[in-house]
Amino acid sequence: MSNNIETAKFRPEICTDENLVYRKPSTLLPEPFHYCPGCGHSTVHKIFMEVVEEMGIENEIIGVAPVGCSVFAYHYMGVDMQQAAHGRACAVATGIKRVQPDKYVFSYQGDGDLAAIGTGETIHAANRGENILVIFINNGIYGMTSGQMAPTTLEGMVSTTSPHGRDVKTQGYPLKMSEFIAPLPGVAYVTRQSVHKPANVRKAKKALRQALEYQKQGLGFCLVEIVTNCPSNWRMTPAQANQYIEEKMLAFYKLGDIKVPEVK
Amino acid sequence: MGEIKLMKGNEALAEAMIRAGCDAYFGYPITPQSEVLEYLSKDATQRTGMVVLQAESEVAAINMIYGAAACGRRVMTTSSSPGISLMQEGLSYIASAELPCVLTNVVRGGPGLGTIQPSQADYFQAVKGGGHGDYRLIVLAPSSVQEMVDFVRLSFDLAEKYRNPVMILADGAIGQMMEKVELFDQMPRKTEFPDWATTGKPKDKERRYITSLHIQPEKMEEINKHLQAKYKQIEKDEVRYEAFNLDDAEYILTGYGLGARICRKAMDILREKGYKVGLIRPITLFPFPKKVYKEVADKVKGILDVEMNSGQMVEDVKLSVCGKTRVEYYGRMGGMIPSPEEIVENFEKLFIKGEA
Repeated sequence: MSNNIETAKFRPEICTDENLVYRKPSTLLPEPFHYCPGCGHSTVHKIFMEVVEEMGIENEIIGVAPVGCSVFAYHYMGVDMQQAAHGRACAVATGIKRVQPDKYVFSYQGDGDLAAIGTGETIHAANRGENILVIFINNGIYGMTSGQMAPTTLEGMVSTTSPHGRDVKTQGYPLKMSEFIAPLPGVAYVTRQSVHKPANVRKAKKALRQALEYQKQGLGFCLVEIVTNCPSNWRMTPAQANQYIEEKMLAFYKLGDIKVPEVK
Repeated sequence: MGEIKLMKGNEALAEAMIRAGCDAYFGYPITPQSEVLEYLSKDATQRTGMVVLQAESEVAAINMIYGAAACGRRVMTTSSSPGISLMQEGLSYIASAELPCVLTNVVRGGPGLGTIQPSQADYFQAVKGGGHGDYRLIVLAPSSVQEMVDFVRLSFDLAEKYRNPVMILADGAIGQMMEKVELFDQMPRKTEFPDWATTGKPKDKERRYITSLHIQPEKMEEINKHLQAKYKQIEKDEVRYEAFNLDDAEYILTGYGLGARICRKAMDILREKGYKVGLIRPITLFPFPKKVYKEVADKVKGILDVEMNSGQMVEDVKLSVCGKTRVEYYGRMGGMIPSPEEIVENFEKLFIKGEA
């Protein structure tokens, strides 16, 4: 933002619409992200707010940010937001949507929130076919509490509570929530995306837009899972973390649509 | 005169909820209050368009309440003791985020799964906070089916006036018994919502967000100070109680809800026997009517506190009289209801025969 202002001050002649190649969406607040360098949250926040801007629905959307690194999403997303208790985003979103069925409602949840403590709320909101969008950020680790094992941590993956690598015999198996809920009749759309490469960012953005279009049509529960990283708690550089996504995470969490609405 | 009906406490509460223009009810079945959800499921939505949803758990229900209350709607849930325990985390968030809502605890005997019989064992939980952090609910204790009706409307008004959760602390007997009630007329549902409500960012105005998270301790202390100031104001302006025969009283019986009703009968028996006994019945348990106890403390020989628990409100009575008069407790626990005769017997034992 400040760079744009500086440029505009000294080179006003080049600040024209036809020269514009990149700008922050108006729906993203002018706050610096607190997320770690290389973290996928910032990218997902940005593309989702671009979708909201492009659809022109910033006055008709309410979001829910439950506990996790992205509990602060309301500092960045310039729309009406509610912070929720850990795991309860789908219940809170249900409350919002049921009293305001004409508004768009989304939740933005991490893997611990959605797939561990909030599994019940997630499954039942999906099963009721709540007409909401759930953005599910899967990085296989608890980020906010500094790197403990998540329900989605890969077999053998090291975390502070699986320091010898996740032992599936005693610590359970990584949970594929998207595949788990897709068969439920109330679920309209489930897709798994990533934001570790520009091409994937574009696809993820398209999926988010698609999900909101489905919500507009009243088709039911939509889940967009985004496989992403946690360089700080994976103890990797951002580049290494994105390499790990490519080689390990995506080998287990396959990208692509898992369920799409039937064309009538 | 409103419509007169013979109704069960739980059903009267549900009917009052519909008539108070409630926008949404989220609940989960549990004895002895399942009639609320059943009654609302019949035709509440057809009558007023209100949302009625059976949640997958009390945990989910209270968080649905959070979401809908944060949209500025009139929302309510009901449960009974174990279910209310499950709601405590959500209630703490609701109190912190200052969301108006109403919940009813149709109390049953505990601890644990306990019994489905009536009890007052959740007084501490209701009145002292219940969940984590420094917060208070406004707590109203009905002692009749009529008050199950009247307190619904009052609770919504108080919740909205103070942006605070309000609990109607009933018990299994009040919920289950049938009495004559006068119902108020159907009120319209709200069409305008407060500025803080997340109804979608208004055009040309700041967006809103509802949160209970303030990482900076300086900020969180400010929030706490603000809440405490609000509770002080509530203590100043919203105390409600009933008192009988205080003028000539040498002794006081005190109790709330069903306990107070039994005390009234006990008071009549004791008066017939020649003892000058009065009765104080707190209607608001928070704010607690400290002043009236303080005032009688100088004049009476003793106060007998009667509860359907091991003696919880008695602590507040003692704090109110500050050692100025003798305070004794008598009660039954685990779903047992004391009889007026038992109260009389224990009154005489404690205060007249001096067997303490």
